[in-house]
Amino acid sequence: MSSTLSTPQNPETGTARVKRGMAEQLKGGVIMDVVTPEQAKIAEDAGAVAVMALERVPADIRKDGGVARMSDPDMIEGIIEAVSIPVMAKSRIGHFVEAQVLQSLGVDYIDESEVLTPADEVNHSDKWAFTTPFVCGATNLGEALRRIAEGAAMIRSKGEAGTGNVVEAVRHLRQIKNEMARLRGYDNHELYAAAKELRAPYELVKEVAELGKLPVVLFSAGGVATPADAALMRQLGAEGVFVGSGIFKSGDPAKRAAAIVKATTFYDDPKIIADASRNLGEAMVGINCDVLPESERYANRGW
Amino acid sequence: MTDAPVIGVLALQGDVREHLIALAAADVVARPVRRPEELAEVDGLVLPGGESTTISKLAVLFGVMEPLRARVRGGMPVYGTCAGMIMLADKILDPRSGQETVGGIDMIVRRNAFGRQNESFEAAVDVDGVEGDPVEGVFIRAPWVESVGAGAEVLAEYDGHIVAVRQGNALATSFHPELTGDHRVHALFVDMVRAERTAESL
Repeated sequence: MSSTLSTPQNPETGTARVKRGMAEQLKGGVIMDVVTPEQAKIAEDAGAVAVMALERVPADIRKDGGVARMSDPDMIEGIIEAVSIPVMAKSRIGHFVEAQVLQSLGVDYIDESEVLTPADEVNHSDKWAFTTPFVCGATNLGEALRRIAEGAAMIRSKGEAGTGNVVEAVRHLRQIKNEMARLRGYDNHELYAAAKELRAPYELVKEVAELGKLPVVLFSAGGVATPADAALMRQLGAEGVFVGSGIFKSGDPAKRAAAIVKATTFYDDPKIIADASRNLGEAMVGINCDVLPESERYANRGW
Repeated sequence: MTDAPVIGVLALQGDVREHLIALAAADVVARPVRRPEELAEVDGLVLPGGESTTISKLAVLFGVMEPLRARVRGGMPVYGTCAGMIMLADKILDPRSGQETVGGIDMIVRRNAFGRQNESFEAAVDVDGVEGDPVEGVFIRAPWVESVGAGAEVLAEYDGHIVAVRQGNALATSFHPELTGDHRVHALFVDMVRAERTAESL
């Protein structure tokens, strides 16, 4: 073998391709909220592609009230130690110092999340400034593209976290998909006005019109509680799902976690989804979103 | 009837779409494979990037692992990127409990050897058998090969570590050519599939 083969040639870290490419590797998978190393192991054994390390699942954040912040570094490190799959963690919207801390801890993805209490009511964090990639929530296409413009390398539809109710996840994913489909039909003249209407950079609007999809991976989040919920989001076009409270607020987390993984892979096979749905024990009780006051809707956070 | 070979991409989890696009560019029929009966219909198979623990579990659970091992033993051409490389290793260092591999290449692979996501990187890599400029190597929480047996041929190294290997009809890379738009490594694999089909028809 020639000696040139082992010469390292200026490795580049933190590139858009490396950040977005990481999310490509998660596609078709389930990312699970966990609050302890034990839960992280259960998630990994069930086939999760990544875990989201946080102190309280959204359902408990809702119940407890108060200000929700980044988790304790000890707790995040404990989870990083416990599993070999990627570990994500949440920073508050606009709290770039929490994000700096999470990057220094070596998490694999940062979720700038509306589930935590926003730290800035105008600005999100400048995500290009980080080596660690970011995932952000969106309720519509304009919001998704604004996050991508700020450097997000992955988007998740927001849904309404901690409710166990999939209705908002469906609404947001349908909204994003519908707006993308509409762009496909626009000619070049119309794309400028579309960008203005979406309040998003023209270049990104044009890219979506050409690709017919976001330039980054699109997952769904917020309210998935059953295997059928996960498969529904996949059939609606999500490339994978986040499951927050739905697993560890249920009667048999290990079994439900494995069942949601199966249904996410075979999202178009009702027989497999039926088998996965058998005897899972109690699902989380859930909240009807229409009785949720506006002030308690996390999806309204971020802009 | 088309004479184009049919190449599957194991579609249990991972960057399946990007591999399908790269293969389609090489004039083959590319299709996702999730079930044993779908595996039986392909001339070659790509094991994509993804989470190797997840893919391994789902492959066992849905009865794909054993038929896949049988086909690889029988000489079906197979190409694994990143997690797919791990799947093709006869041995992994520090496997997660119950993590099985397909095997097929006499090598020992270290998972996440290049580090976590913050250490993920891009770099030019010279690959034996790929003409022209070096390929753009995209390494994402990538594994490397600790050592290979006598039957395995090292095709590329980066920074002193083995990152591309071939043994017979099995090919593996630590990096992700499917993310770059440069389809030369996929073309190399498609050539392997075509050669195998020709050999079989003789």
